[in-house]
Parts: sequence; structure tokens; C-alpha cells
Amino acid sequence: MANDPIHQFQIKELVEIPLGGLNLSFTNSSLFMVATVVTASAFLFLSTSGRGLIPSRMQSVSELAYEFIAGMLRDAAGSGGMKFFPFVFSLFMFILVANLFGMFPYFFTVNSHLIVTFALAMMVILTVIGYGFYKHGLGFLGLFAPHGVPVALMPLVVPIEIISFLSRPISLSVRLFANMMAGHTALKVFAGFVSSMTAAGAVSTVGAILPLAMTVAIIGLEFLVAFLQAYVFAVLTCMYLNDAVHPHH
Amino acid sequence: MFVTAALAASETATHGDAAAHGADAAHGGGGVFPPFDPTYFPSQLFWLFLSFGLFYLFMSRVVLPRIGEILETRRDRIAHDIDEAATMKAEADAALAAYEQSLAQARANASDIGSKARDQAKAEAEAERQRVEGELAGRLAGAEKRIGEIKAKALSNLDSIAEDTAGAILGRLYGGKIAKADIAAAVKAARGN
Repeated sequence: MANDPIHQFQIKELVEIPLGGLNLSFTNSSLFMVATVVTASAFLFLSTSGRGLIPSRMQSVSELAYEFIAGMLRDAAGSGGMKFFPFVFSLFMFILVANLFGMFPYFFTVNSHLIVTFALAMMVILTVIGYGFYKHGLGFLGLFAPHGVPVALMPLVVPIEIISFLSRPISLSVRLFANMMAGHTALKVFAGFVSSMTAAGAVSTVGAILPLAMTVAIIGLEFLVAFLQAYVFAVLTCMYLNDAVHPHH
Repeated sequence: MFVTAALAASETATHGDAAAHGADAAHGGGGVFPPFDPTYFPSQLFWLFLSFGLFYLFMSRVVLPRIGEILETRRDRIAHDIDEAATMKAEADAALAAYEQSLAQARANASDIGSKARDQAKAEAEAERQRVEGELAGRLAGAEKRIGEIKAKALSNLDSIAEDTAGAILGRLYGGKIAKADIAAAVKAARGN
């Protein structure tokens, strides 16, 4: 069981909350969602409570995150997209901190479940669709008819655009989910080799150095992936929001 | 992914641990790859929306306005400081210009005073020279006049000397007395030619 690489994705009920036939139990997944939110909030809140004109180290980190996301959103969607800044910032911080939490041994990785990443992706896409129609009315549909395309090609281009638009929530959610899930599985597999080879005898204990080195390398890689996936999710969110702000590309 | 799902299924089947796990047993999802197990979808969605919603509210209401304000204050302060520095630089430039102007003026004054003093000294020297020259000329004139007087006096004495000498010479030559008037007339006649 200890070597089962899938076990880490198992959801365990901590507090049962059945609500009218729905199982809304507080699980280990819920625990780490709450821990993510509380940690990120506490860090951002406490590090900026000094409101230093000259920032402390921690305050610099918060300011860096702020300016990083603000710059990303402004570059992608212009100043019109800045009303979504709290949303993109929350998404980035939530995914980043949840991924980093997942790097602790025995901690649950919230984003290793497709339903969570899919829900996050749907939040983005529904925001894009909702704001697009609210702001531009039916003009938002101009998104599917790019400028400069000959009318004869429209019957071909428009379905392609629609399919690409509809595949966005899938690619957005699967990318994050698959990266987290695969990385943690690989990590567990190699770490499992270390423990089983060590248990098998003295010779294989020496051989266990190889999977151990691999484990160390994958841990480094996973830290990179944890940040990179949060970044990619935020960048794509910014680009999709740009479609809502400026549908005529 | 299907491979891992199958692996998970076989693992759980062989070990039986996961199947014995309370939740899985209760919902009959023992063989399902956990990330695709719909049993906890409502729970995950509920807690995700709850926690993310609160996180979003906290970010948009408290944290982000605060960081924005910090950055804004800093930007304002920097802009203000730069303005102030520019003002001070302008003031320093003005002070430098004023200093240079007063320096130039002082230099002009100094050369003015110098040339004035030089002119005055020259004029004084000239006046002194003229005075000394005048004095010398006066003295020269006085001396010349006295020489003239002495000369005239000497010349006027010359007649009587000549008469006396002539009288004495004639007295010795002729032994008799010769009238003084005759001698004077003769001297006068001799001097006249």
C-alpha cells in the first residue's frame, strides 16, 4: 500500500456532511483547499500589513506577485482587462500555493483531481462568455469570425474557431491536472523503488541510489512544474479574457 | 492515463486495501482511479467554490487594494521626490548663475577700480611731474635771471674797470693827469665799435 503511487490521490472523508442527498463532506481535499486559501491569505495579508514605503523581504514577495500578475494581464488584455485582476491573481495564487502544498510528503495535491481543475477552467470560460456577451452583446460572436478571412472560407473557419473555443476549458483543466497527477505519480513510483530496493537486500540498497537520484531530480522538476503550471494557467486566463474584452481580433 | 487507471484497478484489486477503505466501500468506487471517481465531485466542487470564493473576496476587498495602495504611495513618493530634486536642481542652477553673475560683476568692479586707481595714480604722477617741472623751470628762470643780473652788473663794472685801468696805464705812460671824462669817452668809443 505504501508503494501504491495512486494512493496519494485518494480522497478521505474527515467530517461527513451529507446535505440532501449530496455528499459535501469535508475531505482531505477540502482540508488542503482551506489550508491553501488560509496560507496564501495570511501570507499576503501579514506581509503587507507594515505598508512599508521600503518593503520588507516578505512584502517584496507579495508586491512581486502583484506586479507579475498585473503586468501579465495588462500585456495580454490591456487596461480594459484590469477589472479581472483580482480574479486572475486569486487563480494564480490558489493554484501556485495548492501545487506547492502538494510538494510536502503526505500532503494532498488539490489540483491532481480533474474536477477541481475543470471547475477552475469553467470559471474562466464562463467569465469570458458572460462578460463577452454583457459587454458586446451579439458582437461577442465576432470572436468566431476573424477579420481578413475571405467569406468563402467562413463556413470552414467559424466551426474551427468554435471548436477551438470549446476545447479551451478542456485543455486548460487537463493540462494542469495531468501535470500535477503525472508528476506526483512519477515521484511516488521512483520513491517507491527506493524503499522496496532497500528492503530487498544490501546489493539492491546500493542500487537504490539511482532511483533516489531520480527522485531528487523529479522533486526539483516538480517545484518548477508547480510554478510553471500556475503561470501557464494565469497566462492563458489572461489571453482568454482578452477575447472577452476585445472580441474582434 | 488509461494505463495508470488500469494499474490502479489491479493494484487495489490485488492489495484489497483500497477496497477495504471505508469511503470506497461505502460508495462502491473501489476500482476507480481516484481523480475520476465521481463520488466526491459534489464535495470537491462545494469546498472549491467556498474556499476559492472567500479567497477571491479577501483578495479583491482587502489584499489587492492594500498592495495597490502601497505601490501607488511609493510611485507618488518617488515622483514627488524626483520633482523635488528637479526643483532643488533648478534652485541650485539659479544660485550658481547668480553667483557667477555676481562674480563677473565683482570682477568688472575690480578691474574698474583698478583702472580708476591706475588713472588716478597716473594723473597724480603727471601733476607732480608738472609741478616739479614748473618748479624747476621757475628755479631755472630765477637762476638765469640772476646770472643775467650778475652778467649785467659785471658788464657795467667793466667800464669803470676799463676806465681805471686805462687811467692807470695812461698815467704811467704820460705821467700827467688825464681827465676822467676823456678816458670814459674813449672807453665808450672803443666799446662802441
